[in-house]
Amino acid sequence: MKRLVPCALGVLALGWSAAALSDELVIGVRTEPQSIDPHWNSLSGDKQVEQHYFQRLVHMNEFSQPVPQLAVSVEPIADDTWEVKLRQGVKWHDGADFDADDVLFTYQRLIDKVPGAPSAPFHAIGRGNKQFKKVDSHTVHVTTDGPYPTLRPDMGGFAILAEHAASGAEPSVDFNNGKAAIGTGPYKFVEFKSGDRTIIEKNPNYWGDAKTWAPKWDKITFKPITEGSSRLAAVLAGDVDVVDYLPTADVARLKKDGKIVVAEGSSDRVIYFRMHRRDIEPYVTTNDDKPMFPNPLLDWRVRRAMSVAINRDAIRDRVMGGASIPTGNVVPKGFFGHHEGIETDPYDPEESKKLLAAAGYPDGFKITLHGPNDRYINDAKIAETVAQMWTRVGIKTAVSTMPRNIFFTKQRSGGPNSQPYFQMPSFSVTLVGWGTGTGEALYSLDGLVRTYNDLAGHGYSNSGRYSNLRVDVLISMAEKELDDEKRLVHLREAAEIALRDYAVIPIHFQVNFWGLRKGLKMTPQTNERTYGWNIDKAG
Amino acid sequence: MTAFIIRRLMQSVIVIWVMTLIVFFGVNVIGDPVEMYASDLCNQACRQRIVESLGLDRPIFEQYLVFLGSALKGELGNSFRLGVPSLEAIMARLPATIELAIFAMLLTVTVGIPLGMWAGLRPKSIAGRLIMGGSILGFSLPSFWVGLMLILIFALQLGWLPTTGRGDTREFLGLEFSFLTVDGFRHMILPGVNLSLFFMALLIRLVRAGVREVLFVDYIKFAHAKGLHWHRVIFVHLLKNIMIPVITVLGLEFGGLLAFAVITETIFAWPGMGKLLIDSINLLDRPLIVAYLMLIVFFFIVINLTVDITYSFLDPRVRLQRAPS
Repeated sequence: MKRLVPCALGVLALGWSAAALSDELVIGVRTEPQSIDPHWNSLSGDKQVEQHYFQRLVHMNEFSQPVPQLAVSVEPIADDTWEVKLRQGVKWHDGADFDADDVLFTYQRLIDKVPGAPSAPFHAIGRGNKQFKKVDSHTVHVTTDGPYPTLRPDMGGFAILAEHAASGAEPSVDFNNGKAAIGTGPYKFVEFKSGDRTIIEKNPNYWGDAKTWAPKWDKITFKPITEGSSRLAAVLAGDVDVVDYLPTADVARLKKDGKIVVAEGSSDRVIYFRMHRRDIEPYVTTNDDKPMFPNPLLDWRVRRAMSVAINRDAIRDRVMGGASIPTGNVVPKGFFGHHEGIETDPYDPEESKKLLAAAGYPDGFKITLHGPNDRYINDAKIAETVAQMWTRVGIKTAVSTMPRNIFFTKQRSGGPNSQPYFQMPSFSVTLVGWGTGTGEALYSLDGLVRTYNDLAGHGYSNSGRYSNLRVDVLISMAEKELDDEKRLVHLREAAEIALRDYAVIPIHFQVNFWGLRKGLKMTPQTNERTYGWNIDKAG
Repeated sequence: MTAFIIRRLMQSVIVIWVMTLIVFFGVNVIGDPVEMYASDLCNQACRQRIVESLGLDRPIFEQYLVFLGSALKGELGNSFRLGVPSLEAIMARLPATIELAIFAMLLTVTVGIPLGMWAGLRPKSIAGRLIMGGSILGFSLPSFWVGLMLILIFALQLGWLPTTGRGDTREFLGLEFSFLTVDGFRHMILPGVNLSLFFMALLIRLVRAGVREVLFVDYIKFAHAKGLHWHRVIFVHLLKNIMIPVITVLGLEFGGLLAFAVITETIFAWPGMGKLLIDSINLLDRPLIVAYLMLIVFFFIVINLTVDITYSFLDPRVRLQRAPS
């Protein structure tokens, strides 16, 4: 009997070995879509699948730069008006023609709100008070409040729906069952089973050619595998063809033993530290636990001391398994507004100690560093490592990490003196990440270093409450400048002032790894998404 | 009997109502869902829209009354993240969990009870000692680690079984089940084993203790003296008498297997309810968490009632009446 068991299992094993040979692709993803309705949320796991069947006016390419998709051109024709020329001859999956009415319908759906949706991509429409006007069947004019230079990436922020299929559809539900999931993309939506799989298949009547995201696969299945080790095991065993977010600890070994192909690409997500700037900080104390006044974090020398005390190369090699690009910037290379002149701070603990002494803290002080432990690659480990580096130069650092669903609420609100429209963060020093999803520096600077103003919507992620008049003026000039060259000058100058002033201390850009079955290759995206058109058969 | 069931049902209603209070207000204390859904590009105006869209701008008591009102109609609100009725989302995941739980339960019983009896009847034999030693491993090794080891050995090294997922399913009574297809069944084996190991170990020890105790009581001796075949002594007289604690534990276990197979379902990417719960907690999908916990309370009430009724069949001394006060 004992001998029979392995035999029986062996017989069962024969059944499935033939599966992976055809032009079908199975992708094991960390995060699955929550809903097929493209206006339901703004989560990356949803968007990467959605973009295979729903398309946008503008597509953000692998470097997150805008390229025309359903539009053929998006050009300013006056200070406050942009002309969007739509692509001719595009057909919806059910054969109907795509035209300006679909764009207007999509705009209206977002303005009218999608009932119950946790994060419809409204910000892309709402900013600058955009008004859409149909000119003819393939031309749309978008007017804004004054000059609005970042219209192109905004047009890349939401999917266009088919008016005839989606009008009157019940949000989420009618998309999940396929009724309203009619797009223009290279793939058609087939099936969504939450927790199990999302299946799409080739659109034989796709409008585009090889250069425009043409379908390379007959069928793609996205399977959610949340646990990193399980995802790795699935691709090693050949159960799936591609997986995203390989665990960084295994990457070096995987590259060496060559059982699978490892693709790597830098991400647009910067990991950085933020020092809060109230007069008295709850988590900054003297060595004998007394509150400190003034707050030492307000001193430039202290902030620089904290930056040069960090050994970014050691973090890359020891913590990240080589998977990070140390930086002093917040916007990655190749993006509009990246500044090569801002160098990564060297590791110099001696200078750090001198700066602390010069600032009047020769014996240092105590802080608590807060961070999430399930949001960014190795987030808790980075926090612990940096805490030791800071402690070594005299800033005795305790670490407190927590799940993101608790961390992100507290890092924005709940602090002393909070009131409606002026929330105060609970923490004093935090580790956070920021993704430059629009491919240019304006939103990053606006969100991260502009003076916090709840009503005007500025500095919405500036929970350290950094405030610098020169930076604010430069950002507001860039915001109204349609000329790309002049805008770039303003953005670079604003970034330089803010980062030299240590408004935030950047550590590194993340590097992401994908694992592919042998015989496949892929082009990674800076926005960390996995697209079928980026995956090819090798050779 | 009828009076007993009616009284129990009335108690259950109160329990459920108290649970709505605890669960609803408990869940609303943790974190802010807006932070989970807002992207880096979402400014204050955008966040305000999310707050309104999710109905979080209304006072908490009003939110509770709305919830209670719709709960009385059998609706537990729409899931934030999925956009479908919470109960529907849970029910869609139920078959996957139930079949895995039943499979794990069958493994537990068919392996656990015989091994436990063997260890009880032959405590000094090598097999008996091995069984008891193994059972210690069974409940002391974390199932997270065991799951990964199972994948490593049986899926990666030996390549006998698939690593993760549910495989092909076939429709049965309007629901999709894996155990009806060869591929689906192969996908069930590793998670089923992983899920059952802990309870199997528990059951082995429970049965062994029961056997050791009952083996020396008078009626067993008498049965032997009467000349009954050992078959009948062990499988009828002994087994029936150790079943009371076993049934209690199995009932609780089954509830636990249904509700909290989170770790196994996560490691094996099994699309069941436990996975749904943990995903919902991670994204602070409050309506779904509340609906889930309410459903689990309901399950446990039903299971406990079933267990109590089963007692009365197994042991005539158990009376389903009010305890003497």
